[in-house]
Amino acid sequence: MLDHKALARYLIALADDELILGHRNSEWTGHAPILEEDIAFANLALDEIGHSRLWYELAADLLGEDRARFPDRQVFLRPAEEFRNLQLVELPRGDWAFSMLRQYLFDVFEQHRLAGLSESTQASLAEVAARIRTEEIYHLRHTRAWVTRLGLGTEESNRRMQAALDALWPYARGLGGALPGEAGLPAGVVPDSAALYEAWLAEVSAFLAEAGLTIQPGSPDLQSPISRADHSSDFAALIEEMQSVARLDPEATW
Amino acid sequence: MVMSKPAATRPSEAEIWEALSQVPDPEMPFVNLVEMGIVRELGWQGGRLQVTITPTFAACPAYEVMQAEILAALAALGLAGAEVLVSHNPPWTSEWISAEARQKLKDAGLAPPPRHQGDLLGVLMDPVPCPRCGSEQTSLRNSFGTTPCRMIYTCNDCKEPFEMFKPL
Ligand SMILES: [Zn+2]
Repeated sequence: MLDHKALARYLIALADDELILGHRNSEWTGHAPILEEDIAFANLALDEIGHSRLWYELAADLLGEDRARFPDRQVFLRPAEEFRNLQLVELPRGDWAFSMLRQYLFDVFEQHRLAGLSESTQASLAEVAARIRTEEIYHLRHTRAWVTRLGLGTEESNRRMQAALDALWPYARGLGGALPGEAGLPAGVVPDSAALYEAWLAEVSAFLAEAGLTIQPGSPDLQSPISRADHSSDFAALIEEMQSVARLDPEATW
Repeated sequence: MVMSKPAATRPSEAEIWEALSQVPDPEMPFVNLVEMGIVRELGWQGGRLQVTITPTFAACPAYEVMQAEILAALAALGLAGAEVLVSHNPPWTSEWISAEARQKLKDAGLAPPPRHQGDLLGVLMDPVPCPRCGSEQTSLRNSFGTTPCRMIYTCNDCKEPFEMFKPL
């Protein structure tokens, strides 16, 4: 028997990751180093926020909520402490290298997870995963190209990428923690996060090495991933800004 | 109580498809929602028409406008209580864009998405012919464009930039 509430909690965490990463990426709009990348990052942001909406809608169906209203309520009226995104995606955007590398690390994990989800025994989940997966092919193609270009580019671009990797790595390892609700789901509904992590680690380790980047030894290990219930101080400011207009008049229609 | 027309006076399915073929894509008004493969299926539920659509890109900002325009076209046919259902099963693919719509995209200066039969990464390695001069000497400038469904190229022969509808 499928525990609908457990699966909804899982999907809301996925949606929160996509939403918050999309929000951080949107902060580059008008500020990216070149026009092409300004356009690209605005699109990445829009795609991720679009994907978060699909996951929130699916969670609404499982909870018997109104799918037309549920996503906005989750995004604009939920207190910061109830978000279940990774700290990885809420960290301030940093420099261009930091944002690009974060997107790459997230995209690789997402490709592995979407491959698993598109085989889910829960048909509605498999369908949405298949939809998102093909779009994510474009993200990964883009971020892989940039990680290589910056990693092997100039002394400065390599130095900045290495600094970004050093800063991101302890947070990126949080990707391997089980998602909320995951433990309560029967086999075949969602892929095992620990197994996805192993596949992710093998892929990014090889790719980063080829891009001239070094994973520093002694990073915190998977045994103590950062809980998705814990957020950084920067997160409160992000949520306050994101929700400020909606909270002026929660019943307003657009 | 739901008011609906008796079956005998309903517009025929052909008439409904014809009306939906007049609904332009909000972002590309030179093609319509039927030939883009977005309108998928018609069905009746207790005298009420249900139109199933499959949105293209998940973040397509035109998606709500599409639903409103479909309902308006149906209301003009006398089908006021119609409903738009959204399905991602199977997910939309650019393979569903008709040959006629591909030609319209090209005529509007937008390179149509190449046929990929499921191999997206493979087809992205192939040259993209310039929709203006037909040259295959073109270069990718950006995998992302002015909307989620476009990417930007330049033609090395006629020197013009152009957009391609992303294969999906
Ligand atoms: Zn040309």
